[in-house]
Amino acid sequence: MEFVLVQTLNGISYGLLLFMLSSGLTLVFSLMGVLNFAHASFYMLGAYFAYQISVKIGFWPALVIAPLLVGAIGMLVERYGLRTVHKHGHVAELLFTFGLAYLIDEAVHLVWGRQAVPYRVPDELDGPLFQIMGSQYPIYRGFMMLVSVAMLVAIWLALTRTRIGLVIQAALTHPQTVEALGHNVPRVFMLVFGGGAALAGLAGVIGGNAFVTDPGMAAAVGPIIFVIVVVGGMGSLAGAFIASLLIGCMQTFAVSLDWSLGGISIAQAAPVLPYLLMVLLLIFRPKGLMGTREG
Amino acid sequence: MRFTPLNLGRWILWSATALVFIAAPLVFTSGFSLTMMTQMGTLIIFALSYNMLLGQGGMLSFGHAVYSGLGAYVVVHTLNLMGKGSVVFPVVLLPLVGGLAGLVFGVLFGYVTTRRAGTTFALISLGVGEMVFACVLMFPGFFGGEAGVSTNRVVGKPFFGLTFGPALQVYYLVAVWCFLSMVAMFALTQTPLGRMANAVRDNPERAEFVGYNTQRVRFLQLVLSSFFAGVSGALSCINFEIVSAENVSAIRSGGVLLATYIGGVPFFFGPVVGSIVFVFFIVALSGFTKAWLLYLGLFFVLIVLYAPGGLASLVLMQFPLIRAGRWRELLLPYALAGLAGLVALAGVIGLVEMVYRLSEPGASTVLSVLGVSFDARTAPPWFAFAAVLAAGLIALRITTRRVGERWGAIQADLLAKAAG
Repeated sequence: MEFVLVQTLNGISYGLLLFMLSSGLTLVFSLMGVLNFAHASFYMLGAYFAYQISVKIGFWPALVIAPLLVGAIGMLVERYGLRTVHKHGHVAELLFTFGLAYLIDEAVHLVWGRQAVPYRVPDELDGPLFQIMGSQYPIYRGFMMLVSVAMLVAIWLALTRTRIGLVIQAALTHPQTVEALGHNVPRVFMLVFGGGAALAGLAGVIGGNAFVTDPGMAAAVGPIIFVIVVVGGMGSLAGAFIASLLIGCMQTFAVSLDWSLGGISIAQAAPVLPYLLMVLLLIFRPKGLMGTREG
Repeated sequence: MRFTPLNLGRWILWSATALVFIAAPLVFTSGFSLTMMTQMGTLIIFALSYNMLLGQGGMLSFGHAVYSGLGAYVVVHTLNLMGKGSVVFPVVLLPLVGGLAGLVFGVLFGYVTTRRAGTTFALISLGVGEMVFACVLMFPGFFGGEAGVSTNRVVGKPFFGLTFGPALQVYYLVAVWCFLSMVAMFALTQTPLGRMANAVRDNPERAEFVGYNTQRVRFLQLVLSSFFAGVSGALSCINFEIVSAENVSAIRSGGVLLATYIGGVPFFFGPVVGSIVFVFFIVALSGFTKAWLLYLGLFFVLIVLYAPGGLASLVLMQFPLIRAGRWRELLLPYALAGLAGLVALAGVIGLVEMVYRLSEPGASTVLSVLGVSFDARTAPPWFAFAAVLAAGLIALRITTRRVGERWGAIQADLLAKAAG
């Protein structure tokens, strides 16, 4: 019983982290039609920046500064890269971000080396939060959930209650009209792209020390968030939310179960499960869970 | 019956290609260049098969290594069975086995991936690629886990005296298969299916209105392309005598994407150029610097940003000028732009190498350029290289603008002449 409870909580905290990543990706995709292949690389940059800053200043400043830095890089990428390549179409944009992911990964190799860096949970967040029937639940997991939920509420409020949020929502469906009304739509694109990158960076700050900060982290999480976007339905935030929690819980449970099927334990099969889910879903529901767009 | 004149240029081009294949090992005789050319031949097949998707069908795949890799696995097990004597099969025809294996997996996975087009296709192909990679690690019995499955290509009776032991014989095996595959893939572009693939790439809606099932066109194109991917996988298995999880990995899939795009997606011969450049990049550059992947990535991003038609388009752009006899006017602007580019490149290389020396534990931080040695831990070289880079970039901006102006003026002249 307590196993199910603790694993569910772990799954939800991992799922929320995944949603922080997939929400930025989905928002950028539905606004600009660009699938940012380098999104997971921004996540990795966030973790590495946070590590560097927390070594020099501390974890709390890193929590703020690292996402802002990643967001600034995202804006520069949009302004000087994506905008140039935009005229060549979506495939060129996707390829540009693919090349960018390559560059960021190699730059991280070059600057921080090929080994994992010792990016640790700060002391004040280290330890058990509470006990359920004998098993402990770490504070940091709770903190991750808190940050993710706070962030998501903030985004939701920003998108629905502020002026710029309304402009973004309008630009989603009617960019020409919004431009005709005197709003600078390219700048909105830049802000949203930077915002998505900053979200990925924040996910990196809180995910990097909960899991591991190494040059392989982008390649490990990247395909998963793309699967989430496909499973949830391209461009659907609600779909991405459901798919994130689903895959987060599925992964967490699969790794910790020791049942076996035909000689292969569930834990061994865990890496395949999200992709299997995607393939099955595509066969039976090609649009994705909540998708409206046809690819 | 339609009158079709003999396309002389095409015959000359193909004969020249065949001659290059035959003559290359006679010119470059060292063992090093022989292995490099064998790799180039394998990659040419792979990249051309990839371009059947990206260039001709408009399908951006991030998981093409699945078909070549799984084809290679089937071939490695066939070779091992042949070694045990339980199967008798000529080594020369093994690429056919790899191709058929690739085709079968193409039917299997293509059914799922080609249900969607565009960005979603790209993501699904990535997901399928990751799934296959994870599965390969999950079943070490068949796939050999991380270490892979090794084999010995010298099995069975010699084929007309060929054992395929020496590297030269392997080169010619690859060359023959490469040439045949090139001809076959070119012929495919001329078939109704090849033309329909172009239509589905350019305007799926109209293709559908004309009465074609776009999903089926994509599916057939992917299945045929995975056949050729399997052929290249088989050849790489024969060449290296080992197949591991790396053969189906995202790294391979990304590599073939890079090679194809750098060469030039809109042209049939683009991927051939790209493969040659790519292998050269990897083999030549990786000996010099640990940062070669970064340079490769940078090169790719520059191509995407400024030459979306790839290297082939840069070359083909000069043909009208040469034909009009006005290429001399562009020599100076080109030379200046090239010079500016070299200066910027020097700046980039300096900075990257210094970063690498600082981060790599145990590496010496003292570098020397043109007889001047300096320490990467001190500030002056950083400022110097940053200044070189900045100067190069500014010069590049000015010179490329001049190239653009000159180019535009000549182009306008030619157009005016053509019009009247």
